[in-house]
Amino acid sequence: MYIGQGIVRQDGRLKVTGGARYAAEFDVPGCLHAVLVQSTIPAGAITGYDTAQAERMPGVVAIITHQNAGALNQHKAAQQTVTHPFLQDGRIVYNGQHVAVAVADTFERAEAAASAVRVRYAPSEAVTVMDESALSRAYKPKQFQNGEKSPDVSRGDEDAAFAGAPVRVEATYETPVEHHNPMEPHATIAMWRGDTVAVWTSTQGISGVQETLASAFGLPKESVTVVCPYVGGGFGCKGNTWPPATIAALAARHVGRPVKLVVTRPQMFTSNGYRPKTIQKIRLGAGRDGRLLSIRHDGFSQMSDPMLGEFSEPVGVVTQMAYSCRNVAVTHRVVPVNQGLPTYMRAPGESSGMFALESAMDEMAHALRMDPLAFRLANYAERDEQKDKPFASKGLRECYSRAADRFGWRQRNPTPGSMRDGRILVGWGMATSTYPTNRRPCHARIVVRSDGTVLVQSGVQDLGTGTYTIMAQCAADRLGVDIARVSAQLGDSRFPQGPVSGGSATAASVLPAIEAAADALLARLAALAALDPHFAQVPPADIRLDGFDLTAPGRRVPVLQVMARAGLHTVDAEGSSAPGDAYKAHSCHSFGAQFAEIRIDPDFGTIRVSRIVSCFEVGRLLNARTGRSQLLGGIVFGIGMALQEETLVDRATGRIVNSNIADYHVPVNADVPDIEVMTVDAPDLATGALGAKGAGELPMVGVAPAIANAVFHATGRRVRKLPIRVEDVLA
Amino acid sequence: MTAPITRRDLIGTSAAAAALPMPSLADAPAPAAPAAPAVAALTINGQVHRVAIDQRTSLLDALREHIGLTGTKKGCDHGSCGACTVHVDNKRVLACLVLAHRVEGRAVTTIEGLAQGDTLHPMQAAFLAHDGYQCGYCTPGQIMSAVSLVEEGHTQSEAEIAEWMSGNLCRCGAYTNIRAAIQDAARAKRA
Repeated sequence: MYIGQGIVRQDGRLKVTGGARYAAEFDVPGCLHAVLVQSTIPAGAITGYDTAQAERMPGVVAIITHQNAGALNQHKAAQQTVTHPFLQDGRIVYNGQHVAVAVADTFERAEAAASAVRVRYAPSEAVTVMDESALSRAYKPKQFQNGEKSPDVSRGDEDAAFAGAPVRVEATYETPVEHHNPMEPHATIAMWRGDTVAVWTSTQGISGVQETLASAFGLPKESVTVVCPYVGGGFGCKGNTWPPATIAALAARHVGRPVKLVVTRPQMFTSNGYRPKTIQKIRLGAGRDGRLLSIRHDGFSQMSDPMLGEFSEPVGVVTQMAYSCRNVAVTHRVVPVNQGLPTYMRAPGESSGMFALESAMDEMAHALRMDPLAFRLANYAERDEQKDKPFASKGLRECYSRAADRFGWRQRNPTPGSMRDGRILVGWGMATSTYPTNRRPCHARIVVRSDGTVLVQSGVQDLGTGTYTIMAQCAADRLGVDIARVSAQLGDSRFPQGPVSGGSATAASVLPAIEAAADALLARLAALAALDPHFAQVPPADIRLDGFDLTAPGRRVPVLQVMARAGLHTVDAEGSSAPGDAYKAHSCHSFGAQFAEIRIDPDFGTIRVSRIVSCFEVGRLLNARTGRSQLLGGIVFGIGMALQEETLVDRATGRIVNSNIADYHVPVNADVPDIEVMTVDAPDLATGALGAKGAGELPMVGVAPAIANAVFHATGRRVRKLPIRVEDVLA
Repeated sequence: MTAPITRRDLIGTSAAAAALPMPSLADAPAPAAPAAPAVAALTINGQVHRVAIDQRTSLLDALREHIGLTGTKKGCDHGSCGACTVHVDNKRVLACLVLAHRVEGRAVTTIEGLAQGDTLHPMQAAFLAHDGYQCGYCTPGQIMSAVSLVEEGHTQSEAEIAEWMSGNLCRCGAYTNIRAAIQDAARAKRA
């Protein structure tokens, strides 16, 4: 069985030799270059453009503005939260909004032309930052979680329970605007042929791009081809189809030639969403026995002008199921400001919401004089009390105990500031992690070719998570053939449709479809074999695939011979899957426990993460090698959230001041300590045939609060605002 | 030999200019049109490529947009991320900060020039074995830096590797695997 083994990535060799082609790297003859022009005011209206100078520059083919772009329809697709394509009107709602695009024969000339475009504005009043004073603008989101859930949820009577609770904790927590900053910027090459368009684009969802472009240009879906074999990181910012992709297609149509549009790194800060700033008010009530009596979680998250779409950070969704508690109230509000539209960023809601909840849990444990882990165990949820459903599986207890043992949690002195290494303050903190198991409808095809190779195809994406490899592992297992024969293909809208790669759902969605396709292919091969004289009188149901031979008792014929006799160069079959009854009958989640050790220099306030030990329960680990990498990478993302990442805005102009990857700090190699990850390998059969629960987002949830709790343990200072900085811990 | 003018020099110049009182953007003159593209003979992976390129063209854009060697990646175009790391005369260099015309006559090695035919460079093989990447976009730059690290003698400890590899960002967070790969390849080279 290949599933579970640490098979080396199928795409690994291409990635280490520079052979993997990302969106901007396809060689499209005659391709022009486009560079975006962005607004320099946060609110107002465009009163005119001066483009003559730019148009006269060498190599310039066109300067496209809202005055000559032509009409586009709104962006519309399943799970598409970005509705406005830009270049349609003169309204400015944020600084850095796309207002024009320059097209020229080389990148340098397009860049120069873009810088020569002058835009005249009539500015208006702007609110550029969400802070406490902006909360009066808050309103209830209309499309909470794609309109699938209610923003306000409660059970029991939180008010009364809190009022009567012997021990109470009440605090406000803040998380900043964060940008995904995948290493590969957004890029699109668009090429029209008549009324059809092909795009090579960096996306987490080729089917979403197909639907969105079809809607924007009023085309049937089949007229749009989307190709994206490799994604240079997404983390959520490539989940929607953002305007630059549409603008690339618009520009190509406008000039009648293929156009390449690569978003620059500074432009990445205003082109494809961000994790919105949140202000979260939490209050917990508990009995002196350590049992939670009430939880309240009111979340406010930054939003843009509703003209652009809607997104709210669902910080309190996880609060509804994380612990056993009778009285729970959760609300979500959004606060519109003059900034771009926010979006999903790795564990949207869970990572930001659990920072607040798990910090509050630590505060309560301290108030109760209980060990933080013992406090969580005392409130362990045996079922999802909000959905009133059993968990499909929950190995959290084992995660806690294994990670705690490995970390040495029992040696922790609970008194803040009590653990030192010489003059260095040492802090130990922990937090819980959980993330829902998502699964979506998916289709796949398997093709056997006359050269003896097997192709497995689906219109999903590989964000670096290992999708190619697990697809091949799954097909090889189900067909019973050597994996050396099997290769996976994905990221092409001409393959059977797959879902967006978001919500850690790809593996759980695509593998059952591949299994269905494999079963259909086996049936087709058996039916073909039954026509072969070697299998005369053998019913197809008795014919099996063994190695690469078709067999029945006493008979064995190579597949390729059967195909040759039937005159076929290829045999293929498709299969589909969707979430089943068992999935719907359960609350499906993955779980984990995060333990962090930090070291603080008391003179300089520098905070270094020195050790992280984590144990995760992700159902079946599909590939020990790539799965481990995902878990490690999620923890690194969490370290960035805890200590480094914050997008800063100039309040007067609404301009992002650290819109580059030097001033927006992400973890570098020297920031990342020894990380030890363990897994509880327990297939969750309610989720799907192979029992994988998703591993992409879970590992970042809980890292920031574990570190914040460790900072409290080291210093006695409770830092409720991320990222935690030197000045937060200096005396 | 004088050091080549890099884009960092140019960026530095304009940053200094930006500190002076500036008229509003709307009044600023458009940038002067540069001279016409000129042919540069660039020696990449032992092969000479003659390309007609703008004076402003970076080595990175020359490789990716004019020569078709897209293994070298553009992550920031400002010398902050390391994704474009190549070797010029066997030293690691950020291709986005070097003007292409300035490397005429010098030997440029990119990720595509590292393997010997089908045989991977030991550093490439180590990245493969240790899963020293996920999305793969920073990987060519990581590997080019890692090869230099061994040459520079900065692989004595894991901490030293971490420090000297900190100019190469990996947003997927493959750092621990990258360190393990480099340690392995460095050990193999010493042996």
